[in-house]
Parts: sequence; structure tokens; C-alpha cells
Amino acid sequence: MQVITREQLIEKAVSLLAANTVSCVLGWSRGEFDYDVSPAVFRSEEEVRRNFVWNDFCGANMSKYLISKASGVDGKILVFLKPCDTYSFNQLLTEHKFDREKVYVVAVPCDGMADFRLIKKVCGEGIISIDSEDAILKVKTLYSDSPISVPLTDVLAERCKNCKSKKHVAYDELLGEDGNVLESGRFDEVKKLEAMTAEERFEFWQNELSRCIRCNACRDVCPACTCEKCVFNNPSSGVENKAAANSFEEKLFHIIRAFHVAGRCTDCGECSRVCPQNIPLHLLNRKFIKDINEFYGEYQAGEEIGLRAPLTDYTTEDIEPCEIFHRRDTDA
Amino acid sequence: MQMKEHKPLIVAFCCNWCSYAGADLAGNNRLNYPAEVKVIRVPCSCRVNPMFVLRAFQRGADGVIICGCHPGDCHYVSGNYYTRRRMAMLFSMLDYLGIEKERTRIEWVSAAEGAKFAATMNDFVETVAKLGENKRLEDLRCK
Ligand code: SF4
Ligand code: SF4
Ligand code: FES
Repeated sequence: MQVITREQLIEKAVSLLAANTVSCVLGWSRGEFDYDVSPAVFRSEEEVRRNFVWNDFCGANMSKYLISKASGVDGKILVFLKPCDTYSFNQLLTEHKFDREKVYVVAVPCDGMADFRLIKKVCGEGIISIDSEDAILKVKTLYSDSPISVPLTDVLAERCKNCKSKKHVAYDELLGEDGNVLESGRFDEVKKLEAMTAEERFEFWQNELSRCIRCNACRDVCPACTCEKCVFNNPSSGVENKAAANSFEEKLFHIIRAFHVAGRCTDCGECSRVCPQNIPLHLLNRKFIKDINEFYGEYQAGEEIGLRAPLTDYTTEDIEPCEIFHRRDTDA
Repeated sequence: MQMKEHKPLIVAFCCNWCSYAGADLAGNNRLNYPAEVKVIRVPCSCRVNPMFVLRAFQRGADGVIICGCHPGDCHYVSGNYYTRRRMAMLFSMLDYLGIEKERTRIEWVSAAEGAKFAATMNDFVETVAKLGENKRLEDLRCK
């Protein structure tokens, strides 16, 4: 259950449309099932009333869609952003990806989003509907006689369990009350991996990355992956899709994907959310974030507009690459 | 049957203005370093894209070393400062994925440091030789 209700968001959207403050709305739309909510542009009150949703499955971060949707609109486009989405929003503005003047941001507080894969683990397949009352999800499935109750906290998406901030860093209007930046355990898993031997880490990643089917969904959804021409679309690169060879390609893809967004990744968690193979991509991104924090000072991409990304910057006193390992070995 | 001794293949990206000249000087002074070190000349150490490093491994390198001017001496003013950050991140990530950290290295070698160039390469080859063949970042199609 979210503090702000679907009805409140719909009324907000409808009134802004009616007042001509905005000409269309970017938000979450009903999918085939209650849990497969997808991004959509709504152009009329009727469309909003019919298909707009706001529930525990609105994980999708709308900010990236502004790149393609904000430029063509007459007047402004309304976008609803959760706290973590606003960081991406700022980062995109920092990179001049769309015109701030074309966008009207309504900030929506968020109680954490559910991961339907975790619900399926509890309730099994064949989910027909999911209703939420307070913080309990009532899941009806084809195979159970009565609805199964699941507390939202048990099925929160990983990124929401480790939410870094409930505070919006950008908006024109805020619904409800804003939260705070949180102390989260988001680097705990990274630390666990770092404590392993190289051998164990290799095994771990081999196991994860070899499942990759190179659907490129992680890249497509990423608000930091906004290159007009992506290296991974280059057919002569030899790495544009999955080949039936050994696993070099997955490693290359994942290292380069994470490297390209290093310092610009806001840790919104979209990549891990969309991966059909459930690969923990956030552990790659967070490794870079953690390293950047350790070596070049605490940095949160998207916290403000106009910050200089750490990998496009330097100081004359920066740590030497060999020093990193030396430091780690002596710490250990 | 006796196993053939494995000779590591090393790719050394050397910036044109310092390290490449350093390698030349090593040659002029008849300092020895193993022939398995393949030098690739780049205009500046910051020309080395992370992709180059991975590509080198893919095509059979057992170790990759990047050499550039000493910090402060880059002929494009600040190139090597960017290299330093980038490669610190990349090497750390490779280590995180379980690729032996001894297989990657950065060294600052000036045009006057022929002896350092030779010593660095000898040391690097020896280190990589101990690790044996690069198995963790290989690509069978390139074998
Ligand atoms: S993977 Fe790299 S090249 Fe491709 S869109 Fe992302 S940042 Fe750009
Ligand atoms: S979304 Fe998952 S399976 Fe698809 S390319 Fe990314 S990591 Fe691979
Ligand atoms: S010119 Fe040598 S490192 Fe830049």
C-alpha cells in the first residue's frame, strides 16, 4: 500500500490537464497482470481514468522516457517521480538530455515497491490478482482457494530494501510529505564479495553472468545509458549479441556497461529490476560507486544538477591503481 | 611428457611521448626485456579505452600494462590523470570479477627511463608467468 492513492494521482493529473498546465502525462499504465505495470503517455482525462495505475508495482523509473517524450510535446509533460527517480532526473538534466522547461514534476512519496518474482516464490505461479490493504498484499492464484496474504516488507524489491533516499531531489510540486536520505546497507553485498578470494568471486560471477541472454534490457532501461549510438549496437564489434562461444562476451558486456555509467549511475536499481535472468547487476554498479566514494570522496550522482562526474574529473593527488590493491591487502 | 613452458603474452600500451621513447632508449642501451612484450604505441595513455584492455585479453594476452608519462608530465596536460582514475576503476572491477589483479598494471615511465622500462617489463612478465595462462577472460573463438 502506498500512502498516496491512485485516486489522488489521477485527480492531480486530471486537474493539471484541465488547467492546461500540462498537455500530457507520463506515468504507469495497466498491463496484462496487476504486476506488469508499464510506462505510458496519457493524453486525455479519459485515458488517465481508464489506464493509469499507482500500486506496489510501479517500480519503473519514468525519467529516462522524458528524453524521447518531452521534446515533442506542446507545452509541458507531467511526470510522476518517486524519490529514487528524481536522482536520475537530475542526472539527465546535468547531461542536458531534455529541456527542464518542458516538464512538470509531481513528486510522489514511495513506501517501497514489490518484486513480483518474490511474490511468485511465496505464492507460486498462476497469479490472477493482487490487492493491497495496508501493508499486506492479498494474492489470488489459480491454484489456491483463498487469497494468500503476503506482507509487503517480505517481498520488497532489493533496491527498496536498501533504499538510499526517501527524499525527492527535484520537483515542481510534492504530494504528501517528503522523506529523508537514509543510511542503507546497500554496500553490504559488495563487501561480502570483496572479502572472498579471487577464485570464489570468479565462480560467483561466472554463475551469474553466464545466465545473461543479452536481451539488452538492462541497458535499454538505464537512465544513464543514453548514448545515441551504443557500442553494443555496433554489428562489427563482435559483441552485439550473444554468441555460442565461451563467456567472454558476457563479461565484456557487463564490465563495459557498468563502466560506461560509472560515476553517473544513481543506483536507481532499474537494471536489476528488468533483468529477466535475475542477474544482480546492481552489484556491479555499486562496486563502482563504492570505489568512487572510497578513492575520490563521497559522491551521489543526481543529488544536484550540474555535479561533475568523478570519472570526468581528477586531482593531482589521486590514488595510484597499484595502491588500491596494496591498501586492500594491508587492510585485510 | 614434458609440458611446454608457457610464455606469457604481454600487451604494453605505451604513450608516444614518454614510455614509447623509454622503450626505445632501453633498446638503444641494449637492455633486455622479454620478446613476449608487445608494445602498442598510443598517442597518450588516456587513449586507452577500457575496451582495449578487455580486447587484449580476449585476443590472448595474459597481462596488460599501460605506460604513460609521469603524473604532471602528460604532453596533453592532463590525460594521464584521467587514465589513472579510469584504470583504477577498471582494474578494481576486474579484480572484483575474480580476474587476477596481477594481470593488470600501470606504470609511469619517462623518455629518460630506459632502465626502468626494461626492469618494469621483466618484473611484469615474471609476475604474469607465475599466474600462467589467462583463462578467466579468454575467448575461445580467438584461440
Ligand atoms: S552501454 Fe555504454 S555505449 Fe551503450 S548506451 Fe550504455 S553507456 Fe552508452
Ligand atoms: S537484462 Fe539481464 S539478461 Fe538481459 S542483457 Fe541485461 S544482464 Fe543480460
Ligand atoms: S602524453 Fe604521455 S600520458 Fe599523456
